[in-house]
Amino acid sequence: MKGDSSPMATSRPPRGAETPAPVQHRFFELIPPGTRIDFVGLRFKMLLLSWTTIAVGLAWAYVGGINWGIDFVGGTMVHVKFAAPTPIGDVRAALLKPELGEALVQDVGRAGNEFQIRVRGAEKGGSSSVSDAIKADLREKFGEEPYDVLRVETVGPKVGKDLGRSATLAVLAATLVMGVYIALRFELRFGVGAAIALLHDVLMTFGALAIARMEFDLTTVAALLTVVGYSVHDTVIVSDRIRENMKKMRRESLATIMNISINETLSRTLITSGTAILVTAALFVLGGPVIHSFAFALLVGFIVGTYSSIYVASPVVLYLEGRQARR
Amino acid sequence: MSRSVLTRGALYVALAVAALVLLVPTFVRPAPAFWPWHQPIRLGLDLQGGTHLLYGVDLDQAIDNTVDRQMQELERVLRQEQIGAASVERKGRTVHLQLANKDKRAQVEGLVKDRFPNLVAVPEPDAEVGDLAYTLEPRELQRLRDNVQEQALKIIRNRIDQFGVTEPTVQAQGSDEIVVQLPGIQDPQRAKELIGRTALLEFKLVARGPEAGTLDHPGPNVQVVPGKSEKGRRTSYLVERRTLMTGDVLTDAKVQQGTVAQGMVVNFVFDARGSKEFGEITSANVGRQLAIILDGVVESAPEIREPITGGQGIIEGHFDFTEAQDLANVLRNGALPAPLKLIEERTVGPSLGKDSIRKGVLSFVVGSTLVILFMLVYYRGGGAIADGALLLNVLLLVGAFAAFGFTLSLPGIAGIVLTIGMAVDANVLILERIREELRLGKTARAAIEAGYERAWYAIRDSNVTTFCSGLILFQFGSGPVRGFAVTLCLGILTSLATGVFGTRVVYDFLTSRRRLTTVSV
Repeated sequence: MKGDSSPMATSRPPRGAETPAPVQHRFFELIPPGTRIDFVGLRFKMLLLSWTTIAVGLAWAYVGGINWGIDFVGGTMVHVKFAAPTPIGDVRAALLKPELGEALVQDVGRAGNEFQIRVRGAEKGGSSSVSDAIKADLREKFGEEPYDVLRVETVGPKVGKDLGRSATLAVLAATLVMGVYIALRFELRFGVGAAIALLHDVLMTFGALAIARMEFDLTTVAALLTVVGYSVHDTVIVSDRIRENMKKMRRESLATIMNISINETLSRTLITSGTAILVTAALFVLGGPVIHSFAFALLVGFIVGTYSSIYVASPVVLYLEGRQARR
Repeated sequence: MSRSVLTRGALYVALAVAALVLLVPTFVRPAPAFWPWHQPIRLGLDLQGGTHLLYGVDLDQAIDNTVDRQMQELERVLRQEQIGAASVERKGRTVHLQLANKDKRAQVEGLVKDRFPNLVAVPEPDAEVGDLAYTLEPRELQRLRDNVQEQALKIIRNRIDQFGVTEPTVQAQGSDEIVVQLPGIQDPQRAKELIGRTALLEFKLVARGPEAGTLDHPGPNVQVVPGKSEKGRRTSYLVERRTLMTGDVLTDAKVQQGTVAQGMVVNFVFDARGSKEFGEITSANVGRQLAIILDGVVESAPEIREPITGGQGIIEGHFDFTEAQDLANVLRNGALPAPLKLIEERTVGPSLGKDSIRKGVLSFVVGSTLVILFMLVYYRGGGAIADGALLLNVLLLVGAFAAFGFTLSLPGIAGIVLTIGMAVDANVLILERIREELRLGKTARAAIEAGYERAWYAIRDSNVTTFCSGLILFQFGSGPVRGFAVTLCLGILTSLATGVFGTRVVYDFLTSRRRLTTVSV
């Protein structure tokens, strides 16, 4: 946009009458200008809160395990929808075939009539496939009529292993790229701050997925990558303002400049994230079971991302500044 | 009025009209005949229902097979030249040859050099004079690696084309994978059998006499091959190891009604070389049984009653019509260069697809209404302009799907919904900045000017980063996830075009017409 000024603005000579009138502007405002919340002062408390939450999430994931989708562990998933609400116990009781070993049944709709049946691990061989065994069991118990097979997915075990590695790599690569970009655009310490904030977002979203027992599949990784790309938005907005203010307020300490900058940009940070959170909430509530965990990861990630650009990225920059000053 | 504003305005109107033209076939079906565009937006399998199959090509096996073929050919040549070999065997990818007469070594080396350009000698330090070892030439190995996937792709494409699905997709993925998408197919069993079959047809003689041995102890040059199981019973055959012919000499295969006892049979036709060879083989072995082996299973083993010189034959195996049809299909299109392994299978029923579209559209309507209302209430006039840009943005984004033939998946729809939430970011940044400048006492026009200029850096940086993560996502994902990545990246481009440059046209238009003293933001 720079330099793309309207030719009209330049072709018409400014008139003398165009002196700024002291207009009293009245805007509808979320955060009134002049708000001074001491974000920087709160940073140690928030640091503790953040990383404790992450630790809890990771510990939860470690102890309780992740609800891996078959994309990652291999196996078979059958998604069925009954015409009428059916007790989940009945569905579980139906799955008796020995090759179904540990069939996981999860209620995925809101009406209690949609279920995902998952059998993890590779097919154990035999003439009939796992999906056929599931279908046969359901037919035995419920007959042909009252349900509809919506989806059947089978993934080999090798794909799963490769996927886990490439997913981790992709998320790390994205984080690194963001960090390097911010470092190039701003300063190295801003890049480091942004990268740590992103890592924070990913870890926290991961923990939330584990605690909520949301299925972790391919689309969940897509959501995490999107969170990484989008969370930088807020960090960019705040960093951009910090840089601008650093030029303007040469006498102030970095901490003060940061506080002013965060407060000045607070309403736009909240609004930009707010609109994204709004549409993600719509996806989460209305989008249906297929993208439920995807929308959940986005929702959590965006909320955490907004928080982290204020409470994680800036403190890191401040800390690095302090180290530099001490040297 | 400025020319620049006019041209830019006209450009956006033209884009909007173009997008509308492109989208008509998607929503009006069928589009009127005079309409210039007839391609509706392609829906992913998760939205229209169907089967997605991912196969891995077993490259190692393909290489082993090639070495095997070379070895068999070498054995044949040696027999022809009456060079006795004590043993010929394959160890890994190397053919080991032990000559009965050590003096023939030079002759064999010459033969291989002349007739087997794809083989290179492997030096073996402690080998005896009569021992030779050959392996595939590195260039040949590379050629195989490059070609196997492509060959398999071509064969599967032909098989699927003759299977009768509307708009199937058969695509290569990576260096050793093949994706098959079959819209509308709910029960993929038959398709899987058709695709997964290697369809290697071999003709071997059934062993007889004392050298045949027994099923438990087959003779030295005899192997046990299972027969087709019928009514739960499975007979095995003792056949000679030597392959007399393979199916690569077939030119055609079709279904035929055999006798009542035979049922459906598959009739095959040899090419000229095949006819001649088959004639020779059958002449030399009248009275013996010829095993017709498909993918390591004896389909039938008829007795050769007389020399067959007509260049035709039949396979009988008590097929029903579809079985016979599929067998003819795979024989016609040739054997796969390597076995395929089914890695992934996803089937979506049509009801889920429709449901997903409905839910996706509902989230879109609710999400965008909320955002539009918020912008209107919070930023009033500025919000209205941003909302206009947002609607144009969606139009262009969806129009791009129609124009470039991208496939729209459920995550793709989610990407469009998400774009709504992200696209207004630029407007929020600009409008907030304009507000700030107004508070400092600037005039409307100066505030707008400064708002755009100062907000640009943050807009650029935040969009570049999201675009980068979209690219990484595209690189990482497949299928629907890629659809999401495409939507995300396209959405960034369209929202920059509309939200930043498009709204600027409106403001330039407003400021150029009259002296703008107030701006509603």
